[in-house]
Amino acid sequence: MNAPENPWLSYTAVIEEVRSEIESVTTLTLRLQDEGRAAQYRFAPGQFNMLYVPGCGEVAISMSGPVSDDGNRIVHTIRNVGRVTQAISQLGPDDVLGVRGPMGTPWPMEVLEGRDVILVTGGLGMAPLRPVVYELMREPSRFGRRTLLYGARSPDLLLYARELDAWRSSGIEIHLTVDRADPHWHGHVGVVPLLIDRLVDLAPSNTRMFLCGPEIMMHFSAKSALARGMAQEHVWLSMERNMQCAFGMCGHCQWGAHFVCRNGPVLRYDVAEPFLQVRDL
Amino acid sequence: MSVAAEEVSWMDRNGLQRLIELLADEGHEVIGPRIDQGAIIYDSIRHVDELPRGWTEDSQPGTYRIQPRNDQEHFGFNVGPHSWKKYLFAPLTTVMRSRKTDQGWVMDSPQPELRRFAFLGVRACELAAIAVQDKVFMGAGTMDPEYQLRRSHLFIIAVQCTQAASTCFCTSMGTGPECHAGFDLALTEIEHGFLVVVGSDHGRRVMQSIDTRPASVDEITDGVRRRQRAVNQITRRLETDGIRDRLLSKLNHPQWDDVASRCLSCANCTMVCPTCFCHSVDEVHDLTNEEILRNRRWDSCFNVDFSHVAGGSVRDTTRSRYRQWLTHKLATWIDQFGSSGCVGCGRCITWCPVGIDLTHEVAMLCAEDAS
Ligand SMILES: Cc1cc2nc3c(=O)[nH]c(=O)nc-3n(C[C@H](O)[C@H](O)[C@H](O)COP(=O)(O)OP(=O)(O)OC[C@H]3O[C@@H](n4cnc5c(N)ncnc54)[C@H](O)[C@@H]3O)c2cc1C
Ligand code: SF4
Repeated sequence: MNAPENPWLSYTAVIEEVRSEIESVTTLTLRLQDEGRAAQYRFAPGQFNMLYVPGCGEVAISMSGPVSDDGNRIVHTIRNVGRVTQAISQLGPDDVLGVRGPMGTPWPMEVLEGRDVILVTGGLGMAPLRPVVYELMREPSRFGRRTLLYGARSPDLLLYARELDAWRSSGIEIHLTVDRADPHWHGHVGVVPLLIDRLVDLAPSNTRMFLCGPEIMMHFSAKSALARGMAQEHVWLSMERNMQCAFGMCGHCQWGAHFVCRNGPVLRYDVAEPFLQVRDL
Repeated sequence: MSVAAEEVSWMDRNGLQRLIELLADEGHEVIGPRIDQGAIIYDSIRHVDELPRGWTEDSQPGTYRIQPRNDQEHFGFNVGPHSWKKYLFAPLTTVMRSRKTDQGWVMDSPQPELRRFAFLGVRACELAAIAVQDKVFMGAGTMDPEYQLRRSHLFIIAVQCTQAASTCFCTSMGTGPECHAGFDLALTEIEHGFLVVVGSDHGRRVMQSIDTRPASVDEITDGVRRRQRAVNQITRRLETDGIRDRLLSKLNHPQWDDVASRCLSCANCTMVCPTCFCHSVDEVHDLTNEEILRNRRWDSCFNVDFSHVAGGSVRDTTRSRYRQWLTHKLATWIDQFGSSGCVGCGRCITWCPVGIDLTHEVAMLCAEDAS
């Protein structure tokens, strides 16, 4: 009898490419060393991997590349904020990491079919939404109006700025905002939810919204969306909690009734809302 | 009661000794109650003489004492600080290993170690606790290989409670005090021996090699009377009707501040709880950093680090951590696993250094509901 696969087992992956994005953020391209596994590997937008640095620890990082990627090309955009992410930031091409995944409930791409789509994001929240953007670009005719509302602290902290032109020319409407402008800035200044308040011609019942960013940003963005007449059931968000196992067993990521790793990270707003209101839950 | 329909046999103390030996011969590590450092704990046993014969416990909120009984019963107590979870869900287990080789890192997971346990003296609330953890570690989601392996080789000898502690509230949770299923054998201790009920084919097979005789009507009646005594002694209550919604509607109740002013956030309640399953993984390396283990160990939602995310802890107050524990145990557990996470064993009440009693906290939280 074959023993069940140990869910804690990481698979080694080689770093193929390192690209520096904005301050303390890099994008890594990884290749799983086991060829069979690499060929089988598939993910859906919004899912994540557990990246492991031996001797240091393991962290949850979303896939930020297109869904056409298999295990020969796994793309992650990572901000250096602490112990493990710091260790990752010091790795270079040919270094090896452990990968467990893909994990988690993805963005429900099927609900976007034929609908107006609004992606709302702040800071590094852009990374888990980039696979969605790529899907919106791949077959524009499957969707209605496509809008990206995106905020950063300052213009130099906008992630993937070099790609924005291509996204725009595929027909995606992009509204940017920053907390602190510089002399060259032509976009909005202020918090992300204001972009929702200012959207013209929003057709609430035909719109589906994905939110990804700091909890406070998602909280107020959802409020703005509801104020514009959108239904709770048409808004999704991606949560972040401490994760150790990422398969609903270690208990760390619990948030109300949800295991964020398994029931999430993507949750529908009406399911999340009762808990989003409660401090330190 | 359906006792008449069941085959009840009688065995004496030598029969129990024979049972321990037979299970050991089958390759089981027999684990049972013993006295250690002034408490009744679970450990390996080889002989009935090692059982806490003639001892009982006094369990109260925040206190625990063992005391001599005025008879020679082997199982005349309820539950101490240990639970069986330490055997099925080990407090420390290596889940992964990385070795540095010339070809780079090689990662693998050690095969889970097969240990065949036979638990002697599992109470009704503890059977329920094992069933609760079965759902966590082998339920609909991911399987835990070690738990699954040990669980599938487990032999359970339940012991019916014939008395209850002041901290017991299994009747409120619908888990006890009587064991009805989920065991290989169930014993009721009566004067001069044990009534035995078989609960599995394996249990039946083992009993065939032990000297027994059919129990007499008087003995069976005595067993019923003793089991009823446990029911009668239970005074603690937890109102479970609609408890999920009642608790989740009180996430901002002032009682959380009140309990937080007493709670030390010491995590004792989660360590003694037979269903708490939270764990963390640590990196353990040798001096050269060439072999690195990932070790899973029991953790607790009462530890500040437990909810750490870059920038700080989500639950950085005792209030939020106590609330997480209680609402998870009694409310959101139902969403997650289809049953309460509490089996009413009362360990968290006894082993709380300041005697916090969750049944009291729930009553205070829900005081206005009743009126
Ligand atoms: C589903 C999900 C997707 C994520 N996607 C990305 C991404 O695409 N890019 C990115 O840069 N970051 C992402 N994060 C956040 C990232 O996991 C944390 O920044 C990272 O764990 C910090 O670890 P550290 O060791 O560097 O920091 P430290 O503060 O030293 O943390 C120590 C440990 O705490 C835990 N931890 C700390 N912060 C978090 C956190 N925010 N979330 C979960 N666990 C945490 C980890 O186990 C970590 O090893 C994601 C988090 C989740 C839950
Ligand atoms: S809670 Fe019930 S089953 Fe558990 S020890 Fe007490 S009386 Fe026995």
